[in-house]
Amino acid sequence: MSPLRNVRNWLDERFGWDDLIAPLRKKTVPLHRLSYWYFLGGITLFLFVIQVLTGILLLLYYRPGANEAFESVQYIMTQVQFGWLIRSIHSWSANLMIFTAFAHMFSVLFLKAYRKPRELTWVSGVILLFLVMGFGFSGYLLPWNTLAFFATKVGTEITGQVPVIGKPLVIFLRGGEEVTGATLTRFFGFHVAVLPGLATLLITLHLLLVQRLGISVPPKLEVEWSANPSAKREMKFFPNFLLRELMAWYIALGVLGALAAIFPWNLGVKADPFTSAPAGIKPEWYFLFMFQTLKLIPPKVWLIDGEVLGVLAFGLVGLLWLLLPFFESDHPSRTKRWITGLAVFALAYVAGMSLYGHLAK
Amino acid sequence: MVILRNKLRPFSAARYIGLAGFVVLATCLCYGQTPNSCLDCHSALPDPLGVSQDKFSQDIHSQKGLSCASCHGGDPASDDPDKAMSRKAGWKGKIDRKQIPQLCGSCHSDPTYIRQFNPSLRTDQLDQYHTSVHGKRFAAGDTKVAVCTDCHSVHDLRAPSDPRSTVNPVNVANTCSRCHSDAAYMKGYSVPTDQFAKYSTSVHHDALAVRGDLSAPTCSTCHGNHGAAPPGLDKVQNVCSNCHAFQAQMYEKSSHKKAFEAASLPGCVVCHSNHGISHPTDAKLGTGPDAVCMQCHNPGDACDQARAGLRSSLSRLDEAVKRADQVLRVAESSGMEVSEARLGQDQARDSLTKARVTIHSFRTDLVDQDIQAGLKVAERNLQAGKKAMVERNYRRVGLGMSLIAIGIVLAGLRLYIKKIES
Repeated sequence: MSPLRNVRNWLDERFGWDDLIAPLRKKTVPLHRLSYWYFLGGITLFLFVIQVLTGILLLLYYRPGANEAFESVQYIMTQVQFGWLIRSIHSWSANLMIFTAFAHMFSVLFLKAYRKPRELTWVSGVILLFLVMGFGFSGYLLPWNTLAFFATKVGTEITGQVPVIGKPLVIFLRGGEEVTGATLTRFFGFHVAVLPGLATLLITLHLLLVQRLGISVPPKLEVEWSANPSAKREMKFFPNFLLRELMAWYIALGVLGALAAIFPWNLGVKADPFTSAPAGIKPEWYFLFMFQTLKLIPPKVWLIDGEVLGVLAFGLVGLLWLLLPFFESDHPSRTKRWITGLAVFALAYVAGMSLYGHLAK
Repeated sequence: MVILRNKLRPFSAARYIGLAGFVVLATCLCYGQTPNSCLDCHSALPDPLGVSQDKFSQDIHSQKGLSCASCHGGDPASDDPDKAMSRKAGWKGKIDRKQIPQLCGSCHSDPTYIRQFNPSLRTDQLDQYHTSVHGKRFAAGDTKVAVCTDCHSVHDLRAPSDPRSTVNPVNVANTCSRCHSDAAYMKGYSVPTDQFAKYSTSVHHDALAVRGDLSAPTCSTCHGNHGAAPPGLDKVQNVCSNCHAFQAQMYEKSSHKKAFEAASLPGCVVCHSNHGISHPTDAKLGTGPDAVCMQCHNPGDACDQARAGLRSSLSRLDEAVKRADQVLRVAESSGMEVSEARLGQDQARDSLTKARVTIHSFRTDLVDQDIQAGLKVAERNLQAGKKAMVERNYRRVGLGMSLIAIGIVLAGLRLYIKKIES
């Protein structure tokens, strides 16, 4: 008997390992011409794991605080063995993770995988996307460089536009009236404790729901397969799909390594709260579509402040987006068109505004 | 007296209050408005007698509460021209050019009077004017030379800090050039008229007019303003040293100072010229068209050899700084963290600047100290850049090997999948 089987038997005797992984053995993945979109969730999960691992390594040297943060990251980049690689992978992986999370969301939307009974999978996924953006916003400040400082200043100022709770929210986020060392400590806390805790819980829920409900099939194909069960094609999740997913992870790892080695993440210049903001300062690309929209709204729309209106509109759109599956009728043909139309519009809007924001001076 | 009899009725009270209010309002409106009949007429007259309300309101004297009568006398309160411009009322008419410095000085030389408007304003302008070439010639009866109003203008005179003022640092050279560049007007004076043209090409003009550095020199910085005069051949370095203090210290120690003084040569001007001072480059130490040493020294003599040594030292450090810059730039554009070395380059550049200043001592040993200090720093930064490039290459080799390993794993996985699915 092989040592691996010995270990497995030992585990099985103690807490029924075979029963525990039985669902995985039974799990299948639908096979059709759009199956490759199913890899996106796994790649996002893989990048999240990379974030956790590299984040833990960075924590060994990173020191939160206005007087130490920049220097500690500089030390990581120049003195710590492979520190540059770990930090660059952490930064690149964060961006790729946000990208794949967005791509995953839109693939779910276009494949209509959010519909009944997977509403909660969609809700947990959209909240996870918001959390991932929160990771990006809080992590961006941690190196305490000029761009991060002013991006946080502008970003938290926009939060202050929310009626009634805006001002207290800004004070809570900043740890005072201004962006200071207190903000940095606070963001560090959100980034390494609050957000990872919440994200882990939601990822667990998300995966349990995926496991419980199985993988969705596009409606058209579902009808076809129902009418003709012999046409149904599937792949075993374990090991067939997982091995393919593993290949995708390896490719993602190669891309990450190449980006980190060829384009190490820039450190910038240490933040100086007493200097003026650099000209043409912009947020990270994933906030650009919102930033550009706020810039385009006139200062006054009727009697309402334009920025307040923009922030409220984004809040409302975010909420409706979260509840999108609940607008889907039981008769798919009724909602099919407008939700697909909405998805196309949303994708075009996010991509177009991001590009416009990137090119605008 | 309804009030005293306590029989005031509401309508009567309102009438009295309204009347009182009207009186107070009318008093307020009239208060502070000094009638000025001068402008009533002169604003309608053509030049040279015309002074518009708008023009005069820009004048600092007007803004401080002075009126036409403060200089011209007369009675501006009277609408009757005969009374307003009556000699009995002290009317002086057009101020005689010969009286202008004295008239301005009657207020501007009085510290007690000036203090109430601007306690920090100097009151020695007239005294200084008497010492100037303008003042001396004026006292000798030459009325063509500049008096106060020629430079400061009249009726729309602004504070020097006002960018529209004719004596604002940015406008001083233009103001002086109105006379000093006019060959016809300057005929009869043994003064060249190309100063402004030369100054316009100078490094000082570039700093002041192009870069907007208001501390950069203009005519009055070197010549003085109210006491304007040429600095004098033997005093040029005193003028330049007001800004170029370190160069002056070095020059004081140099052998050139004595030699120039003995030959009655004008110090700094010998090498740098005066109005048309160009941006100094190391070529001044060379043998080309911009070279200055060889204007006095002979090729091959000891001084020429020292000159060649100084030039070569400066070039060596300049090239070392540029070389380090280039390597660091490439390293930085490759994403390497070299900010410390980039910052260190400023130190190397400082040494080069210091060496260029020390050149004014004309001592190779002193210049060499700065050069060596700069070379040491530039070399350290160059090595930091090279180290970063080695590290960059090491990373790329590591990446290549990792990608090969990943490729092998991918191929293995693909084969394994094929195997289990066949």
